[in-house]
Amino acid sequence: MDQRLITAAIVVFGVPAVLVGYIWLTERILRIMPEQRQGRIRPWIWIAPALLFLVVFLVYPTLNTLVLSFQDRAGTAFVGLANYEYFFTSSSTLISLRNSVLWVIFMTVGVVGLGLIIAILVDRVRYEPIAKSVIFVPLAISFVAASIIWTFMYQFRAPGTTQTGTLNAVLELVGVAPSAFIQTAPLNNFFLIIVGIWMWTGFAMVILSAGLKGISTELLEAARVDGANEWQVFRGIIFPLLLPTVFVVGTTIVITALKSFDIVYTMTSGNFETDVIAHRMYQEMFINGHFGRASAVAIVLLVAIIPFMVLNIKRFREQEAIR
Amino acid sequence: MNQGSRRWRGIAALAGAGLLAVVACTPAAETGGTEVSVIGTWGGSEQESFLAMVAPWEESTGNKVKYTGTRDINAVLTTGVASGILPDLAGLPGPGQMVAWAQAGALKPLDEVLDLETYRADTSAAFVDLGTVDGNVVGVFIKSALKGLIWYNPNVFSGSAPTTWDAVMGTDSGSAESLWCVGLESGAASGWPGTDWIEDFVLRQSGPDVYDAWVNGTHAWSSPEIKSAFEAFGEVLDASFGGADTVVSTNFGTAGNPLFTDSPGCLFHHQASFITDFFKEQGGAVDGEFDFFPMPDINPAYAGAFTGAGDLFGMFNDTPAARDLLKYLVTAEAQQIWVSRGGALSGNTKVTEYPDEVSARSAAALGSAKIFRFDGGDLMPTALQSAFFKAMVDFAQDQSALDSILAELDAASESARAG
Amino acid sequence: MTAAVKPASAVASKTRGRLGTRWPLHVTIIVLMVIWLVPTVGLFVNSFRPAADVAGSGWWTAFIPPWDFTLSNYEHVLARQGLDQAFINSLFITIPATVMTVLVAAFAAYAFAWMNFPFKNVLFVIVVGLLVVPLQSTLIPVLRLFASTGIAGTFLAVWLAHTGYGLPFAIYLLRNYMGGLPREVFESAAIDGASPATAFFRLALPMSVPVLASLAIFQFLFIWNDLLVALIYIGATSSENLPLTVVVANLVNSLGGETHFLTAAAFLTMALPLVVFLALQRYFVRGITGGAVKG
Repeated sequence: MDQRLITAAIVVFGVPAVLVGYIWLTERILRIMPEQRQGRIRPWIWIAPALLFLVVFLVYPTLNTLVLSFQDRAGTAFVGLANYEYFFTSSSTLISLRNSVLWVIFMTVGVVGLGLIIAILVDRVRYEPIAKSVIFVPLAISFVAASIIWTFMYQFRAPGTTQTGTLNAVLELVGVAPSAFIQTAPLNNFFLIIVGIWMWTGFAMVILSAGLKGISTELLEAARVDGANEWQVFRGIIFPLLLPTVFVVGTTIVITALKSFDIVYTMTSGNFETDVIAHRMYQEMFINGHFGRASAVAIVLLVAIIPFMVLNIKRFREQEAIR
Repeated sequence: MNQGSRRWRGIAALAGAGLLAVVACTPAAETGGTEVSVIGTWGGSEQESFLAMVAPWEESTGNKVKYTGTRDINAVLTTGVASGILPDLAGLPGPGQMVAWAQAGALKPLDEVLDLETYRADTSAAFVDLGTVDGNVVGVFIKSALKGLIWYNPNVFSGSAPTTWDAVMGTDSGSAESLWCVGLESGAASGWPGTDWIEDFVLRQSGPDVYDAWVNGTHAWSSPEIKSAFEAFGEVLDASFGGADTVVSTNFGTAGNPLFTDSPGCLFHHQASFITDFFKEQGGAVDGEFDFFPMPDINPAYAGAFTGAGDLFGMFNDTPAARDLLKYLVTAEAQQIWVSRGGALSGNTKVTEYPDEVSARSAAALGSAKIFRFDGGDLMPTALQSAFFKAMVDFAQDQSALDSILAELDAASESARAG
Repeated sequence: MTAAVKPASAVASKTRGRLGTRWPLHVTIIVLMVIWLVPTVGLFVNSFRPAADVAGSGWWTAFIPPWDFTLSNYEHVLARQGLDQAFINSLFITIPATVMTVLVAAFAAYAFAWMNFPFKNVLFVIVVGLLVVPLQSTLIPVLRLFASTGIAGTFLAVWLAHTGYGLPFAIYLLRNYMGGLPREVFESAAIDGASPATAFFRLALPMSVPVLASLAIFQFLFIWNDLLVALIYIGATSSENLPLTVVVANLVNSLGGETHFLTAAAFLTMALPLVVFLALQRYFVRGITGGAVKG
């Protein structure tokens, strides 16, 4: 018991102290050196702790994954591109590719669009914290709970029997036959994506809202005084200033959509043509025990985001040029 | 500026103080005795039953059982075997996986751990053999279940149990809407109730030899024997409550509920012995509202056939305390504890007390089965079993795709058994 | 910190006049709130109903007599053995990991935003690209590493892991925000002879409070709701250290029955993150950067 108390204290106070101390110490040392040298070494010192974590937990496993992707089931023999071939020719994985594309497009547009709209709307009302909390609640619920919630929403019972699912009850109310939302391909993908949008909009909203708060009110007031209407204010001032943040949120959601696995895992487990790439990876790794194929899927994911990363580099260069 | 850093110190202090306070208020952990780490899929009431099962052992030895329950057991054990971080004892996903891990050396042989003579004498041969790999016992069954039971509501179906399968299918559904209730949904394992059906058909239509060869991968899925099993199931589906949509979207636990509604949805429900708990909790049924008869023979040459399943346990770390615990778990006293709590049967023939008539009759059937086979899906490699589950869902949605479904299963079988 | 700060109310009243009738705004927001809440409300109502009811009829029927509400689901969850220990474990895992992530990321983000060094942008993009690495593909290599250093099964393992996994997003978010801070502020500080460290602690950090608060919320949330990381790195050998998520997931038996307990458990576990969110709301206040962001 005392052990844990000490460990807790060490971490909560110690980690900040250690980091601050580290910076302080290195600053001291740097002062000895000439100005120019300082400027060249200092950045590396500052990013070193982060790089260390990233290398250990993400880079090294990725290299490991890359090697495994060229090997067989147990990771012992080299098989060249066989795993990738399997991935791009097997009908089940092709479906998951198609679905992942759907996820990326619709979830990103939905989350970022809605998040932006909501952030701007609630900025203008007194009960903003309440409204934001309501939109945020789905993110606070774990995936397990979210899947139960939407199982209740989409639940289907035979026509003629009492409907227990919310949406089917509404359908029955307006005289339409109940529908097995999750089991009917291909629209079921969209119903799953809706769950993703429901969960992640709060995320986009919070970040965009923080960015929104950073926009000078004087700027907005000046524009309004000059006779600009709300749409012009949005287009001319708010959106351009928020664009970097929209970019960050957008990229993050694209990647989240690509990695999205929990919703499919808990609600359909990939059946009914709803499989997605990340779920296939889980399947290959833990159910099929085929490390080679699972690793190939992971590498495909990495390659898939390269275009987005290129966009990001471009944007940083532009941003730096302006500054 | 100063305000900013003051704010930060304030937050840090608050978080730190909060954490310390919370940690400080935690009662100290008990000490004494060794700990045995156990991992299993059991949760909810099963977990309680397991903990009740080990409680006497903990008391008498002073050791502590640290149980982690999770449905992601495949993930934990796969990463565990690959990295060397494993619990002492573990519930294994199935005999198929057990073989792989035993041959990899991760699962320790139990020949020295158990009193083999007593174990062999007390436990039914089928279960002993299933836990044996290359001559060594590596897995033991903590509890078991009987499959292939046809459940009905005595208030709705008052006739005598049909003795042939044709008689079952020919039964007039009377006041019930359909003959059968089927539910395939089960999260990541959706489709498994369908696999039980197919296994029962294969065993009764084509006999134990074909069954064994099919499970081993030497008898093709697209063969006429297996195909006729699927076709028989197709007939069941055609006579199922709610049609295909309902079948694939209804959870197996609530699939039997229409047996008990005022205007019953169906007459019969095919399921294993553990479904009684679900009838009571989710279906609102009471004792006396449900009863079973075993699924009848189809081919008289293979009469008296039963399928069953069980929860397999193995040892990853050979420690004295783990050995002791395992030894205890296979005894009749230990297994009796769970059986008495309901929802479980035992492979140990010395377990004789059952909490209700239904369990007693299931146990009697299990013990007296002329032909007994373990659940086929559990015996197959995990990858193939997973494909089998999915195939059932696909088949239920579109019976006309049977040939392509079976061809895919053949492909899955090959790839799952390849190096 | 030079520009004057307009209090929120003054802004609101000005826009009230500007927008004329405000009710379309309110209606839209209320409708959105309702749509967002309905699914959760369904679960909430069901958590007070017995299992047989939940399987038999929709949650809205609960409001029509006969009423059959029950607290038994909640009682069962709260009485669950080990729940309180799991709650503390969750706190124990989440708070330190959040602190670590935010701090390590803040230093790195500032360096990426305001210092110059070769390959800065490429390196940054690689950091962001690491966001896509699937968690499952890191489990085995990292667990091996933990095994060989002997920390598998301890909280330290999980803290380090969560920090590592959370850094790409954290650095991405913070760098974007810090990069948007006004150049003049840092330049004048440099002219006044302040070192980069001082500029960081005295200027960048205080001005970044909204984004630091956002990051803290998200990290807290993701770690609080995480199941797999804790299960794999702690679960096999140290069941007494498992967090709430694992224990709650285990309310359901292996066959998937007894899900009605999960409905109650979901709300119990949701309480703390919501409290954290509401508590950190006050940092999302306009005026901290004093309108410093200009076009």
